[in-house]
Amino acid sequence: MEMFIMSLTIFVLAVFVGVEVINKVPPTLHTPLMSGTNAISGIVVVGAILSSGGSEHTTVLSTILGVAAIVLATINIVAGFMVTDRMLNMFKKK
Amino acid sequence: MQILINLGYLVASVLFIYGIKGMTTPKTAVRGNQLSAIGMLVAVIAALLDHNVVHFTWIIIGVLIGAGIGAYIAKKVAMTDMPEMVAALNGVGGGASLLVAAANYLESQKLAEMGKFVATYDWSVAVILSILIGAVTLTGSFVAVGKLKGKIGDAKNVKLFKWIVKLSLLTLIAGTVYFAAVNPLDSDLLIAGMIVLCLVLGICLVMPIGGADMPVVVSLLNSYSGLAGAAAGFVLGNNGLIITGSLVGASGIILTSIMCKAMNRSLTNVLFGGSMAATAGVSKSENDAFYEGKVKFSSADELAMLLDGAQKVVFVPGYGLAVAQAQHATRELANMLEARGTDVKYAIHPVAGRMPGHMNVLLAEAEVPYDQLVEMDSINPEFAQTDVAIVLGANDVVNPAAAKDPASPIYGMPILDVHNARTVVVVKRGLSPGFAGIPNELFIRENALMVSGDAKKVLQETISALKDL
Repeated sequence: MEMFIMSLTIFVLAVFVGVEVINKVPPTLHTPLMSGTNAISGIVVVGAILSSGGSEHTTVLSTILGVAAIVLATINIVAGFMVTDRMLNMFKKK
Repeated sequence: MQILINLGYLVASVLFIYGIKGMTTPKTAVRGNQLSAIGMLVAVIAALLDHNVVHFTWIIIGVLIGAGIGAYIAKKVAMTDMPEMVAALNGVGGGASLLVAAANYLESQKLAEMGKFVATYDWSVAVILSILIGAVTLTGSFVAVGKLKGKIGDAKNVKLFKWIVKLSLLTLIAGTVYFAAVNPLDSDLLIAGMIVLCLVLGICLVMPIGGADMPVVVSLLNSYSGLAGAAAGFVLGNNGLIITGSLVGASGIILTSIMCKAMNRSLTNVLFGGSMAATAGVSKSENDAFYEGKVKFSSADELAMLLDGAQKVVFVPGYGLAVAQAQHATRELANMLEARGTDVKYAIHPVAGRMPGHMNVLLAEAEVPYDQLVEMDSINPEFAQTDVAIVLGANDVVNPAAAKDPASPIYGMPILDVHNARTVVVVKRGLSPGFAGIPNELFIRENALMVSGDAKKVLQETISALKDL
């Protein structure tokens, strides 16, 4: 339970940081903001990597699920960052 | 080593925050995005250093496949399809979280056998939450993609879906209580059942929502995809995941509330109110009768003449502009007018595209400078000094009824006050209603002219007519 409270504390504080930072993003950049944060949500790849690393407590099924999760999360990350970059570069040039 | 790894996650989180901070101006945004990407790299390296990672083969294969697919779609996608792309990516992210939760469940069973893990209540709840949010995001997003593409129409039997949603939620709560209270690590069937149930729930939650409300739904699912990551962080006890997930969650929630405000609807109304058009629409004959003989039709030549004498011109782009692929023609006409000394601006309504900021991206692609794109609140006072306002493929967002007719279904929705301009030229293919399904009294106003036709073609004709003047 102690760990849960710790996690919850971090979660709530991070939400406040998120609201503060994101409120300052102008509407012009809302689409790139969305695709960019989308890429960031691919962070779940961390969990997927830990499940696919072949540690002694993994099973065949959990490894398969882990690798599938890596594929999905990487699609999310790579496509998200690349398409955001594509859009932002259109805003940059005058 | 574990300390170093956790520090790595912290560094990644800080880079993400700096990355999003970079998004506050278009100038720093590219760099911000790169910072976020570096943050992701740091997080992945930290994960690879974990003592639980002993073989790299499968990881590398997975990353290569994912990166290949991701790079391909990122290069290929058209800017008009951005809403579908973001929605699909939300779904993919939710799917990843779902799989991570399921894999972790299986691993925990094995760990418990080895005597290294004891299931707690908070772990059980976190697993279920992670499955719930991940699964709902996955299927909900793909239904949203179908609706954005127009392949899935507005649902007729909203009540049936609501009923299924309620039933699923009750079953889910009962299942969670049973799961946490009885024997969490011996409930394979229950977990499998819950996954299926949550997948169905995702479909039934989005199905009854009207196609016009998809900008809200996509923003909300964006938030879910972050929360799904945070929930996975609770399951794994990983702070990096929790921080990052909550950042994305906050971002999605803010965009959702901006979209709701722009449509003057509450989130509950969007999610559970059914389709707007289904409740308020007029029939075709009513629509025709409304306009009968009151609309003044005009031509591209006349538009060119109007523009010739104008000092201030405001373009009002709507999604119809993007459908007609007329962004470049608009830019060309704007360039011409600017070269003649006319003041040109673009009025952007928050729901002008099909997702937050979509219209800005579409115009940026056509190389419209972003400082000419003016938000609704800043441009509205300027319409009174505007000689010509050109409405291109927008409808409900310029309907004056929203401001003054309490009986109108869109009453209270903030609009662009184009009717205050000296002349309003509406370029539209026909008089069919917009998403709200109601006729637009702007079109029968004294100062409104209608040029019917495809926006791109009309603009091109106007450009050549203007050249000949």
